[in-house]
Formats: sequence, C-alpha cells, structure tokens
Amino acid sequence: MEWETVIGLEIHSQLKTKSKIFSGASTAFGAVPNSQACAVDLGLPGVLPVLNKEAVVMAIRFGLAVGAKVNKRSIFDRKNYFYPDLPKGYQISQFELPVVGEGEIEITTEDGKAKIVGITRAHLEEDAGKSIHDLYDDYTAIDLNRAGTPLLEIVSDPDMSSAKEAVAYAKKIHALVQYIGICDGNMQEGSFRCDANVSIRKKGAEKLGTRAELKNINSFKFLEKAINLEVERQQDILEEGGSVVQETRLYDSVKNETRSMRSKEEANDYRYFPDPDLLPVEVDDELLEQIRSNLPELPTEKKQRFVSEFGLSDYDAEVLTSQKAVADYFEAMLDAGADSKLSANWVMGELSAVLNKNQTDIENCPVSAQAFAELVMRIEDDTISGKIAKDVFKAMWQGESSADEIIDSKGLKQMTDSGAIEGIIDEIIANNAPQVEQYKDGNTKLLGFFVGQVMKATQGKANPKQVNQLLNEKLS
Amino acid sequence: MSLSEQQVKEIAYLARLSIDDGEVEQTTAELNNILGLMADLAKIDTQGVSPMAHPLNMSQRLREDEVSETDQSEAFQKIAPQTGQSHFLVPTVIE
Repeated sequence: MEWETVIGLEIHSQLKTKSKIFSGASTAFGAVPNSQACAVDLGLPGVLPVLNKEAVVMAIRFGLAVGAKVNKRSIFDRKNYFYPDLPKGYQISQFELPVVGEGEIEITTEDGKAKIVGITRAHLEEDAGKSIHDLYDDYTAIDLNRAGTPLLEIVSDPDMSSAKEAVAYAKKIHALVQYIGICDGNMQEGSFRCDANVSIRKKGAEKLGTRAELKNINSFKFLEKAINLEVERQQDILEEGGSVVQETRLYDSVKNETRSMRSKEEANDYRYFPDPDLLPVEVDDELLEQIRSNLPELPTEKKQRFVSEFGLSDYDAEVLTSQKAVADYFEAMLDAGADSKLSANWVMGELSAVLNKNQTDIENCPVSAQAFAELVMRIEDDTISGKIAKDVFKAMWQGESSADEIIDSKGLKQMTDSGAIEGIIDEIIANNAPQVEQYKDGNTKLLGFFVGQVMKATQGKANPKQVNQLLNEKLS
Repeated sequence: MSLSEQQVKEIAYLARLSIDDGEVEQTTAELNNILGLMADLAKIDTQGVSPMAHPLNMSQRLREDEVSETDQSEAFQKIAPQTGQSHFLVPTVIE
C-alpha cells in the first residue's frame, strides 16, 4: 500500500520582550526560580493583566513578514485546563480572532523546488511555568519564571508531505523570527518549540487521516526523527487493519520513541471563552504603517539582493541568507574589502566546516568577519594559496593573531618570483627523467605529479596557477 | 440542545467541581434551563450586528514594555503550602 504523509506544524516562538505579556515582570532566562514571577504571573486574587504593546507589535511584524492579514481587532480568550505550572487554571490565548490571519511562506524542498506553505494563523498567548520532575522524589517542583512570557503560536496549514519538508519549513520560520528580531530562536532554552500534527492517508485520497500531535521536540534533527517514527507507527497500525487514535504523543529523544501522553487528553475540551479581564485589541492604521516601515530586509529580499548586487548564484545566496547572523558576517567581510564570490566560498566551505566541527555558530566564532576578510584578501592578491590559507585560518581560530601577522611570522608568503620557481622546476625535471619521458609520450595525467613535487619543494608556498603555467611551458 | 447527566459529570470533572450523585439530576435540570435561555437568544436575528467580546465598548490599553516588578518571591513562597529550593512543590505529576 502506498501512503502519503500530511504534516502541519504549530510553532511556539517566545517573543523577545523585556517584560511579560500581561505583567511588568522580567523575562530574562536563567534567573533564580520564581524570582521573576509576580502576583499577576502567579494568578493571585485581585490582579489584572495589562497587555504589553511590544508583544502586539512583534506579532504584527511577523504577520507583515509572511504577507498575512493583520486583524485590526483581536480578542483574548481563556483556555481552561488544570496543570500545576498554570496557576490560574487557564491560559490567556487567542481563539476566534487572532492578531495574525492567513499568510504564506516559501520553502525549498529536497529536490530544490520552491513550495508555498500556508500559514493558517498566528496568535498571542502566555507561556506556562516549568514543572521539574527530577528535583524531588515525592514532589514536582514548579518554577513560574516562564509563566506569562509572551508566545507567538504560528500554525501552518497541513501542507507538508515529508519530515524533510517539515524541517525546511521550521527552519524557514526559525530564520524569519530572528531576522525580524522577535525571537532569539534558542531551541535548547525553549525559545522556539515545534509541535507536529502528523497523519497519513492512502495515496491520492482526499480525506485527511486521523492525526497525532507530537510534542517535546527541541531540535530540527529530533523533529525529523519524531515525524518519521510517527509515520512508521501509523503505517504499521493501518496496515494491520487497526485505526489511529487522535492523541498527543511525547517524543523521547533518548529512547527515540514517541509515547502517548494521556494526562493532557482528559482535558481536551478547553472551554474557551473571551477573557473578561481584557478588552478587544484595536490596531490602528498609524501603528500598522509604523511597523511596516520599520520592518528590516527579509530573507527573500536579501537573497535577491545578494544575487543582483554581489553576483552570487541562487544557491549561494540562499545558503548565506538562511541565517541572519551568517548574512551579516558575510556582508561585514565585503565591507572590509573582500571579494564576494571568494568570501562566499570560504564562509560556506572552510568556516562553516570548522564551526560545525567545533559545534558552535557564527555568532560565537572566535575569528571576526574583518579578520576573516583579511585572510580572504590575501588569497585574492596571491599572497598565499588556498591551501596555506587553511593553515593560517587554523592558527587564527586558535587565537594566535591576525592573518597578516601569521603569514609574516611563519614565512608563509607565496613565492611569486617566477625565476625562483623556474629553478625548482628545472631541478625536478632533471631528477625525474622517466616521468618526463612518459609525460611527453602523452601521459598528461603526470602533470599532477610534477605540481605536487613543486609544491612539496616549496612547502606549499608556490602559486599553483603559476606552477601549472610554468610546467606546461617547460614540459612541452 | 440539552445535556445528559453523563455530560454534566464530565463538565464538572473538567472544571474540577465535585458534584454528589444526588446533585446530578438537579444540576442537569438547572443547566438545561440555562441552555434553554440561550436557545431563545439564538432565535434573535443578529444579521449585521458585530459580535460582542466585552460589555465595555472600549479597546484594550497597551502597556510599554518595561520591567516594573521587583522580586517578591519570599513573600509569595510564605503563603504557599509547600516550597523547596525556591520552587513551589506539588504532589508528583507523572508524565
């Protein structure tokens, strides 16, 4: 039986406000437990929520970035359920009239094709606190510092048909919220969380299958794994003649399995109703225009500019603009005077490889964009070869000093004196008579051997282009 | 629309209200009376009337994004039944 997968994502993105959505308590991460939970966050009697303007502005900024309809009037509702990390017994959320309506975003699928994913809505809500289960044997410990942190829940249409597409979409949203400065995107700290609604149906069927909602996914890698596991599980059930139950399943990254989360199922009826503590939110044209005019360059716009202004390929521009920090680093290199194509190659090649190997990101890169630009400029002006540049970069990464200082102190400057190189080539030709003969007999592959010998004799300092050219002349 | 006694029990559970078996019949009747009033309201022609989310005809005042609260956790922890290591403690919740 051939199946097709249908995936929709719900992304909870913590907004980067200084204070909470309905109170003046700080949202800073990592504070002493409960030191940032005020009377409003604790749901003590007699308190009133007052909406944070910046949270509304950030939500609208997202709406404009995905070309969505921004609702000039939106309403906050109470979502009722009982859980110890939700002190009021309800979460203030938006149900019928969210601040952001339908929008869309373009993703690139595995085969390199563009695909539009619909965004159903994005609404503002408050985050819950944290339950800590492993601090005490006989108790669950509650930290309410996170309670009341503003969240933008971004709900996609069920438009994705594979785990890879879901990851591509999630990454796109992840990059976008950082571009427009509304979320720090830190998945480890829970600032950006993905829930996946997954169902399968017979290929070509119209009707959607019964879905399961996967929670507790805190990386893109786990998102892909969890979805693939769930698809397999549902296939097994359906192929054995069973039926999928609509439920919430928790992903366990250690055991690499999903398991049913019954505790929340009982509370499936949230009995939403408009929160009488909050009046409808009205967004006027003036505010909307102000937000629109302050919107920074979006990833797609930046990509197009990188192609037209710097002559990069579509692919390179896509990779470089997929994260704002990478795009900023790249542009800072160009500002420092480095060539665009060479910079693109070095950022996407050596730099990203070393960042990966050291499990860090460009924001924490020990080599600044200006310092890296200097290195690239030395390749550009033939001071060093690309091969030597890798060694210089390693030294820079270790914090030794600048590219120029390392090249100087280690004597890595490329030989450009053609006379000196010619001398070395003559010597090599003289010492390798049999190879010279074979080469002249037509075994032109041996050119590589000669280049290698020259590079070895010059400790890699000869300019490969020049060596090739001189060898060609001398061997012909 | 009217509710069955079973549905009333479920709603009570969701709201964490305890209703004795003896009270179920009366509560169901009372709730169904209220639903009857809703049904009367539903008969009104509301064409062209925008839905009301709040009885006050005003819009929400927005607050500037500033931290104005100070740490009062000590006072809040004092009135909690059980605390430890700066946390509020509750009976174990099993996931």
